[in-house]
Amino acid sequence: MPHSLLPITEASPSSAVEMDEPAVAESAQQPVDDDIAMTDAAAIENVPQTEETVDKQDGEEEKEKEKKEISDVKLEDLFTGDSDEDDEFPNAPAKKEAANSPSEPSSPSEFDFDPSELTAYDPELLRSFYQRLFPWRYLFQWLNHSPTPTLDFEHREFVFTLPNEAWMRYQSYRSSDLLRKDVLRLMPTRIDIGPVYSTNPRERKALQNVAGFRPLSKELCFDIDLTDYDDIRTCCDKANICNKCWQFMTMAVKVITAVLGDDFGFKHIMWVYSGRRGIHAWVSDKVARNMDDSKRRVIAGYLEVITGGAQSGKRVNLRRPLHPHLVRSLDILKGHFQEDVLEAQDPWRSPDRAEKLLQLLPDIALRDALRKKWDSSPGRSSSSKWADIDAVAKTSAGKNFDAKALLEAKQDIVLEYTYPRLDINVSKKLNHLLKSPFVIHPGTGRVCVPIDTRKFEEFDPLSVPTLQGLIREIDAWVEPEVKAEKPVQDWEKTSLKPYIDYFRSHVNTLMKDERGGGVKVKRERDDEGDGMELW
Amino acid sequence: MIRQDFNRIDPKRRNVVDHRKKQFADPSYKETQYPHSLSFYAAPPTADITLEEFEQWAIDRLHVLAELEACSFRNKSPAETTLHMKPLLDKYLPLDTNSSSGPVFAQRQKDHYSHFILRLAFCSTKDLRQRFSRVETMLFRLRFNADDTRERNAFISSLNLDWETVSDEEKREYATELMATVASGFGKKIHQSIDDETFCKVDWMRVPDLVESRKVFLRAGKAYVPSKEQQSLVVTEFTARLERALELTARARPSLDEDDRLTPILDHLSKSFVAPDSKYAGDGAIEGAVITARNIDNLAQHFPMCMSHTHRTLRRDGHLKHFGRLQYTLFLKGIGLSLDECLTFWRQGLRRKTEDEFNKEYRYNVRHTYGDVGGDSNRRGGGYSPYSCQKILTEHAPGAGEAHGCPYRHFNMENLAGLLQASGVNDRAVLQGVKEDKDKQKFHLACNRVFEHVHRNELKRAKDDGVMTAAQLETIVHPNEYFKRSFLLKNLGKVPQSQQRDGGGGDVKMEE
Repeated sequence: MPHSLLPITEASPSSAVEMDEPAVAESAQQPVDDDIAMTDAAAIENVPQTEETVDKQDGEEEKEKEKKEISDVKLEDLFTGDSDEDDEFPNAPAKKEAANSPSEPSSPSEFDFDPSELTAYDPELLRSFYQRLFPWRYLFQWLNHSPTPTLDFEHREFVFTLPNEAWMRYQSYRSSDLLRKDVLRLMPTRIDIGPVYSTNPRERKALQNVAGFRPLSKELCFDIDLTDYDDIRTCCDKANICNKCWQFMTMAVKVITAVLGDDFGFKHIMWVYSGRRGIHAWVSDKVARNMDDSKRRVIAGYLEVITGGAQSGKRVNLRRPLHPHLVRSLDILKGHFQEDVLEAQDPWRSPDRAEKLLQLLPDIALRDALRKKWDSSPGRSSSSKWADIDAVAKTSAGKNFDAKALLEAKQDIVLEYTYPRLDINVSKKLNHLLKSPFVIHPGTGRVCVPIDTRKFEEFDPLSVPTLQGLIREIDAWVEPEVKAEKPVQDWEKTSLKPYIDYFRSHVNTLMKDERGGGVKVKRERDDEGDGMELW
Repeated sequence: MIRQDFNRIDPKRRNVVDHRKKQFADPSYKETQYPHSLSFYAAPPTADITLEEFEQWAIDRLHVLAELEACSFRNKSPAETTLHMKPLLDKYLPLDTNSSSGPVFAQRQKDHYSHFILRLAFCSTKDLRQRFSRVETMLFRLRFNADDTRERNAFISSLNLDWETVSDEEKREYATELMATVASGFGKKIHQSIDDETFCKVDWMRVPDLVESRKVFLRAGKAYVPSKEQQSLVVTEFTARLERALELTARARPSLDEDDRLTPILDHLSKSFVAPDSKYAGDGAIEGAVITARNIDNLAQHFPMCMSHTHRTLRRDGHLKHFGRLQYTLFLKGIGLSLDECLTFWRQGLRRKTEDEFNKEYRYNVRHTYGDVGGDSNRRGGGYSPYSCQKILTEHAPGAGEAHGCPYRHFNMENLAGLLQASGVNDRAVLQGVKEDKDKQKFHLACNRVFEHVHRNELKRAKDDGVMTAAQLETIVHPNEYFKRSFLLKNLGKVPQSQQRDGGGGDVKMEE
């Protein structure tokens, strides 16, 4: 509840924003992509949208027609022979600037335009991304669990963060195409996905009783953020990350995937890079989607090992014998602890940090002996210090020294330094919003790409495709000698391809499971048939 | 009450009676039998009882339930609760085993009827339903544990819960994992017990509490429940069925409203079940206190440890995490800080935020807690009410970097001692007392101990002068109450008498 106390902009499509008057005049100079051919409403999308979203208003119909005529003329003028150059007929390789930077349509040289000079906020780059690269259809299938629209998609809440940072909640769409159009109209800098509601979110106000509008289902989500590791990572802090501390994510993913898969039996787990310093998991199994808050809390509780804040001292306190899931987690994490924590992070090098380690040990005599030893040789590495614990314990073991207690304390320490730290509130609530995959992170310009868990260790967050890079890649793409049978989609020309391929295969197995593989023939036809329109 | 078909005579049997007579004839039901002392209350009662019985039985049961709820609020352990409840149960709702010589039928009948009467009384709102099913579950669990083993097993098998027993091969396959869930830490005994132990395999969603506390082994969505934990299964089933039945009762209830003999009794019953969950009823304003954003630093000396900790954290970091802000805002609202002042306070407090960030991310939340914006019900209800100790203790334990919660509970002893000493509590005896209270999980007592220590001089004076009534010296169970009392005591003599007489602990009651 407290999490949902956010400013709610309840903009309906028609009342959202004011009309930009000069747009009509300018549009005469605009080159247009073939959206113009679709509908009147689409025509307006070609108007350059700089700071404010442009919207269709009542009584503007005539101007629009006018605009369209002008545009039509221009279309012929500017694109003679090139009219198939756009995302839906993506054969034409070169001369992409026209679509990318309509603000300089008359530029004499095509090299005048350099996408990297623009920021991620640049509406034109973002527009091209949404228009040409964003995998609308797979996103639709992923949320819809079927190729034909169902209530899973139609009653799904989308939340847009507009360029002026206003929020638009409770948006819903009947198909991926309508969603795409509205996104192009509003140009949100961020898209969040909410739950599926019992009625269409747009119609919630028309309901007689409030109880008729309630969230029904949503993917089970997890959110891990590297800032939660600040007290144990030494390489970076706050929003910064590097490949060293990214290893914490690798560990987290391994442990959580094992829990979700082996223990709870979930199959459709997708991890998504959040664009800067975290990752999200989406579990799309039907059982998982339909869980209520109490069930989600149970899973969160099952996973939670590190409790309390900085004030609560020892943060891992586990009952013995360890639960099988923790035994397995410990097995997974042991190797990482040695390599990625002790060696890479060296968390106890300085005396005050080493003191923290000492506080976690059970025996006071042992603590004193270790403190003495380390004080005499400053700068001892964490690996040596870790080894010292056992060595010193052996030599200075008193009569009532409890070796078992020490072993358990050491296990707890390993877990405290490696076990995933979840932002647990995301997982507990059915109606928590979470950023959609493939959105651009506004700060870094990186795409929130799904990560193939089988190759998670190879994943490098710092080399994820960025908005600027992708647009450049499309431009640089050269058509191969041998023409492919199918037209090459824009995303296939870029480094986004492996991610979208992975997303597609994930979505396909999901849909197959959802259907029980019963109506296979029809799906194949759907796949072939409406591919063009949906893209 | 709901009529279910299986209680009635076979509906398909040919009706030989003239329907005109039948219309006014007494309906005939199956005699209710009570083979077990425990019950899932599946079938509603059908026999006649007097109005007096109707009311008395319900009141007796209510008495038991209210006391049970109070136990949970006081954080009593299951053992303590059992001990505490025993005399009450014997007095109001005795329930003997089959082997005993007591009036078994009468006892079970009373149990059965009172349960259904209360169902009627507490089905009307979602809140009441939830509370009712929570306390009824507690009662059921208590009785389930107290029941004789043989009869309990008979009861369980009568329920026909579909459990799959784990085969020996499967048991051997997961021997180590399963052992970890049955053993309670004594290494050697385990090996013998694994073969004797029976496990049953159920969907994990049926034993949520066991999964959450990691007491069962999980594999592919199935939980392997050892026999000693099967109680959890039964209890969950009980709750689930009760909740479903309550929904149905709620729907059927309007048709009962025409009876003008029962409705007043039922209304009365549901009203007397108001939360002892210490609602802070006072509007907060204390005469003589200047409560403005500017004065908060000054007033912070009267804050309980939880709030002075959040306050200090805010001053130190210039920031508080979400739940810290929520808890603190509500507290400030409770002491009578107006919305405008509160916004000013946060604007200044979150000093690292720009005006823009503040307006965008924080202003709305503060206004929402005051009921200034938000849904209809939020505005009408004036936002949220300040958190009681109960709520702070049990909900949302603080995580990394968070400063809310109760220091007595959520800090470890060293940090707590440090915090107390920083606040000027250095008395060794008090610290030792706090430690003991904390170990026994009596966090209220620890807080009150500190209160008494800090205000020892004033309290003595107040007692000597007889200014404070007994009610005003009861255990504090609400942070706002702490503030109010602290402020009044420190300003003894400066504040008009009238305020002292009616201010104070009257509205918050909980004896320890």
